[in-house]
Amino acid sequence: MTIEDLRERAQEERDRQGQLKRRILYCSAAGCISCGSKETAAALKQSVKSSGLEGECEIVGTGCMGLCGEGPLVKVQPDDSLFQQVDAPAAGDIVTRHIVKGESLPDHLVDQSAPFFASQVKIVLENCGRINAESIDEYLAVGGYDALGKALSELEPNEIIDEVRKSGLRGRGGAGYPTGLKWGIVQKAQSDQKYVVCNADEGDPGAFMDRSVLEGDPHRILEGMAIAGYAVGAQQGYIYIRAEYPLAIERLRLAIKQAERNALLGNRILDSNFSFRIDLRIGAGAFVCGEETALMRSIQGRRGRPKPRPPYPSERGLWEKPTLLNNVETFANIAPIIRNGGEWFAAIGTPKSTGTKVFALAGKIRNTGLIEVPMGIPLRTIIFDIGGGTPEGTEFKAAQTGGPSGGCIPTEHLDLPVDYESLAGVGSIMGSGGLIVMDSTSKMVDVAKFFMDFCADESCGKCVPCRVGTVHIAGLLQKIISKNATIEDMKLLEELCIMVKETSLCGLGQSAPNPVLSTLRFFRKEYEELLQPVEGFVPTNTVS
Amino acid sequence: MTDSSTTKQSSHPSGDNRFKLLDRAITKHHGRGDALIEVLHAAQEIFGFLENDLMIYIARALKRPLSQVYGVATFYHFFRLKPNGEHVFVLCMGTACYVKGATAIQDAVEGRCGTKFGKTTDDNKVSLISARCVGSCGLAPVAVLDDVVAGKLTTESAVGKVEAWIQSEQEVGV
Repeated sequence: MTIEDLRERAQEERDRQGQLKRRILYCSAAGCISCGSKETAAALKQSVKSSGLEGECEIVGTGCMGLCGEGPLVKVQPDDSLFQQVDAPAAGDIVTRHIVKGESLPDHLVDQSAPFFASQVKIVLENCGRINAESIDEYLAVGGYDALGKALSELEPNEIIDEVRKSGLRGRGGAGYPTGLKWGIVQKAQSDQKYVVCNADEGDPGAFMDRSVLEGDPHRILEGMAIAGYAVGAQQGYIYIRAEYPLAIERLRLAIKQAERNALLGNRILDSNFSFRIDLRIGAGAFVCGEETALMRSIQGRRGRPKPRPPYPSERGLWEKPTLLNNVETFANIAPIIRNGGEWFAAIGTPKSTGTKVFALAGKIRNTGLIEVPMGIPLRTIIFDIGGGTPEGTEFKAAQTGGPSGGCIPTEHLDLPVDYESLAGVGSIMGSGGLIVMDSTSKMVDVAKFFMDFCADESCGKCVPCRVGTVHIAGLLQKIISKNATIEDMKLLEELCIMVKETSLCGLGQSAPNPVLSTLRFFRKEYEELLQPVEGFVPTNTVS
Repeated sequence: MTDSSTTKQSSHPSGDNRFKLLDRAITKHHGRGDALIEVLHAAQEIFGFLENDLMIYIARALKRPLSQVYGVATFYHFFRLKPNGEHVFVLCMGTACYVKGATAIQDAVEGRCGTKFGKTTDDNKVSLISARCVGSCGLAPVAVLDDVVAGKLTTESAVGKVEAWIQSEQEVGV
């Protein structure tokens, strides 16, 4: 296939869709499937058939539509009405009453002018919930693989890296390393073989952004990786994905097959001299494999144990060859940047944190689901406008970002803009995008213990501070929770946290104490209330 | 050991046909040692769990020391060295589920089954497994019951499900 063929095929698909009267999209992401969206789809099909609309209506399963707490979701195009909690009878109503008679179905209709939708800016998720993730034609119809075509035919590798650099894109896995800089280093590295690796080992409990992108728009990741491969001079890519995401694995496998069949992956992509293959590597449930050196060892079939850096993967990574390693969301941003230019991307968000960020909203919040917001948006807007605040009768207490590596952000910092530096300033991290809201029923010491148990369990055991330190911190927290601790134990706890943070080998250990340190900082009173009374000790009165 | 092709060499003396499927998976990865995790995935899918004998077989086929195969199999949570019970209750213990009360469900289910998460009941009926996050946080608390995701669980609905499993087993047993 050449670029002309590609555009022609996209146009054919657009024409075909244009001839249909209605396209009925149902969410077939993991969340809605577990609410019964397959039954919804069957009811839609049945109803379309019995209403005699088969020729003019198409029923399509798409990726995540965002409002995961209210599934199954159904969207009707071209009028773009969105319906929530669509069980089988409601699905019948959508066809017989909404489509045939033009009624609005207020019981299920979602108000899309609500802040949940209006405050979002979609770049990464632009196709999620709009296209059939299992059809390459639908991806082509919305401009898919255009960026790869443009990169191969019009741009030199240097120009691509310049564009990425100009965009100001930073690593979406959480650390925020400038993507363009990383690409530049890998490109300059001299080697006969280089690799591109996509980190889809979304291990942070409470985060499902990458999963939704992979399930809803898998071709976009392949396109981003192929562009990266061309830019840095790699011919082989790997996607390291969790075994816990079977649907995402299935869709990626299908997408790779489709792309290979259409000369968008494999030898001589789009009739150019560039060849690029992508293989999947399935993880096996180890949180530490989200760390880049551990991930690469796991790809090579070994225990996922981190190595000291330097050398960084960009110099010596997989099989000791220069390796470019980026997160799913980072790769998802590449095609739009190449299509629209780096400056377009840099204009979104804040000067130091450009673009958008996808968050998985969950916990004690009204609208749970997947959202994408411009960087720099205040946390308050995310939680109270988009998320709708905590459920009735409860009070907001803290927002947790960054999972076991992050921290809890209390009410007084709610006006903080969401960007890499601001979140780090209050002892949390941007993280990969899990955002869990806690209300007054959550006890912060218990939360700290929960995360510390997680880290103790997931520590790979290579370095002592992490292997031993996390267990002891968890023990001290248990001592506090069971009201056997004294103020001395609190001091020891703090010392131990700082020691583990400063001396651990990899990111897991270095960030493991964050949940404890941040709750100690903002909710110290809750710890002190659990201590054994000591003469002369005055507890903290106000939250510092 | 000779250097003849992996498939020929690996036919298992037990005559168990499932080894043919495993051989196919090994051949697909050209018998390369760095495909160890992929091969273990295939093996677990075919056999249900990783027996010692199976790991020895894989070590020979991939020409890796058994210590490495065993090391990898025990490092990753996903690999099982023991078979699951007839029914599997996977409770998500991700942050969102935790905040929404997964611990209470954990206690209730453990109480009903008389065993802890990570174990199988003595009669081999129900395996309790806790997962890190199944990624359906919007539906928290979530469990995966015999491969079907069940969202918005309560202690009652979770215990009810386990109860149904145990009851049906007893009827069959009688």
